[in-house]
Amino acid sequence: MLIKKGAEAELYRGRWMEREVIIKRRIAKPYRNPDLDRYIRTTRTSLEAKSLANARTLGVPTPIVYDVNLDEAEIIMSYIPGPPLKNVLPNLNDRKLKELFIEVGRLVGILHKGGIVHGDLTTSNMLLQDDRIFFIDFGLSEYTCDIEARGVDIHLMRRALESSHYLYSELAYESFILGYKEIMKEEAIDILKRVEEIRKRGRYVGRHS
Amino acid sequence: MIILGIESTAHTFGCGIVTSSGKILANVKSEYVPPSGGIHPREASQHHSLKASSTIKKALEEAKINLNEVDAIAISLGPGLGPCLRTGATIARALALLLDKPLIPVNHCIAHIEIGRLITGEEDPLVVYVSGGNTIVSAFSDGRYRIFGETLDIALGNCLDVFARHLGLQHPGVPKLEAMAEKGRNFIPLPYIVKGQDVSYSGLLTTAIRKIGQFDQFDLSMSLLEVAYGMLAEVAERALAHTEKSSLLLTGGVARSPRLQRILKLVCEEHSAKFYVVSPELAGDNGAMIAWTGYLAFKENVTIPIESSYIKSKWRLDEVEIPWRK
Repeated sequence: MLIKKGAEAELYRGRWMEREVIIKRRIAKPYRNPDLDRYIRTTRTSLEAKSLANARTLGVPTPIVYDVNLDEAEIIMSYIPGPPLKNVLPNLNDRKLKELFIEVGRLVGILHKGGIVHGDLTTSNMLLQDDRIFFIDFGLSEYTCDIEARGVDIHLMRRALESSHYLYSELAYESFILGYKEIMKEEAIDILKRVEEIRKRGRYVGRHS
Repeated sequence: MIILGIESTAHTFGCGIVTSSGKILANVKSEYVPPSGGIHPREASQHHSLKASSTIKKALEEAKINLNEVDAIAISLGPGLGPCLRTGATIARALALLLDKPLIPVNHCIAHIEIGRLITGEEDPLVVYVSGGNTIVSAFSDGRYRIFGETLDIALGNCLDVFARHLGLQHPGVPKLEAMAEKGRNFIPLPYIVKGQDVSYSGLLTTAIRKIGQFDQFDLSMSLLEVAYGMLAEVAERALAHTEKSSLLLTGGVARSPRLQRILKLVCEEHSAKFYVVSPELAGDNGAMIAWTGYLAFKENVTIPIESSYIKSKWRLDEVEIPWRK
């Protein structure tokens, strides 16, 4: 049963070996060169499966990967019934919002410390289930401890908050940084400095902002 | 009411005259084309000061009005190249003082969006704004245009222009590059860089330039365009899915690209959204879009005193309040 048609993939809910699963299929894009299209779909599928599993071994909650079919650009993984963070946030008070984003910051810290950069940190890619935050959508992840890559990861998180949650993006981002620093310790200093540089490098960010 | 708009953010000096009903009475521009290489800001600004009076005069003639019939002056204060912006701003301030009429500050990026909305009549589209200096995916929400994707480094038009120059193609490079790409047969892998909602073109450009001479130029042109447009299409599609807007508007200089139009039309079809593109004469930088956006701002009482009408070379579009939209 199709439950979501995203920009990149279709998500189906179904059963696989007696388990409730999600089948994520990256669909071919008619607007893309066919060689490029195949390359993107296969590499992202394989990368996503690998990173979902690796993130979990680091202690970051993710769906369990049951099977991968590269020909179909398909991943079969456990079903997480919780809503995306994006849908939960508007109904939260400041205290709860702060708590949640400190935890998000910690989890991103754990990923970075473990050598994984998520590559697409948005509140649509985090699911809230029984007070645990599950990370999904690792298709753009990278294996690196580069300050630059880590900085871009955090910059993207901030940008996502600013575009979709502008009413409380500052509190959310500040809390995120608290949690991130808790895990990354002194390593965080250079990374956060780079985040500011990346922001200014972007076109047309005034000196004041 | 009649508004005169001045545009001078980069290579184009433009003067546009529009009425409050959205009628474009004149849209005259003079484009600086460097003898070789890219735009040198100082040389472009010298071009602007040389061409300003004849451009404005011609616009008034086309509009069949006298200068004193103008009710307000709109000026594109940014973002753009400092020397070019200063030239346009000086002229606009002088006109406002001379006529004793209000000066209206206009953000250049917002103007590209507003002229697209005026021309297509589409009220609330997801906007894909691509030019030599900008690559932005934006949509209106709660009083401002929010950015749902942009380039992390150079703009799409910049990437394609520089590559075209390396192939020895004369300005304007993009149409010639597209013609070459039509003859490309084999896809050459190039860095496809999408980071979250954003794209990055600088690594793609460097790699493509390095491959000149190693591969067939037609294949290389085709591959570069497919990768560059593909990246943009992907972030546009993500923004479309995320914002759930029911239409997409393509605007800015690169909006003239037939290949890019075809690609984004396909993206829209996948999401049952309507596809709109700004007309070719209003795609590139022009004064009419500044005048029209100036009018929208002016009717909400947005003006700026001469003494604080500084240029803002890095003025982001999401910093601007949009009181004329609810």
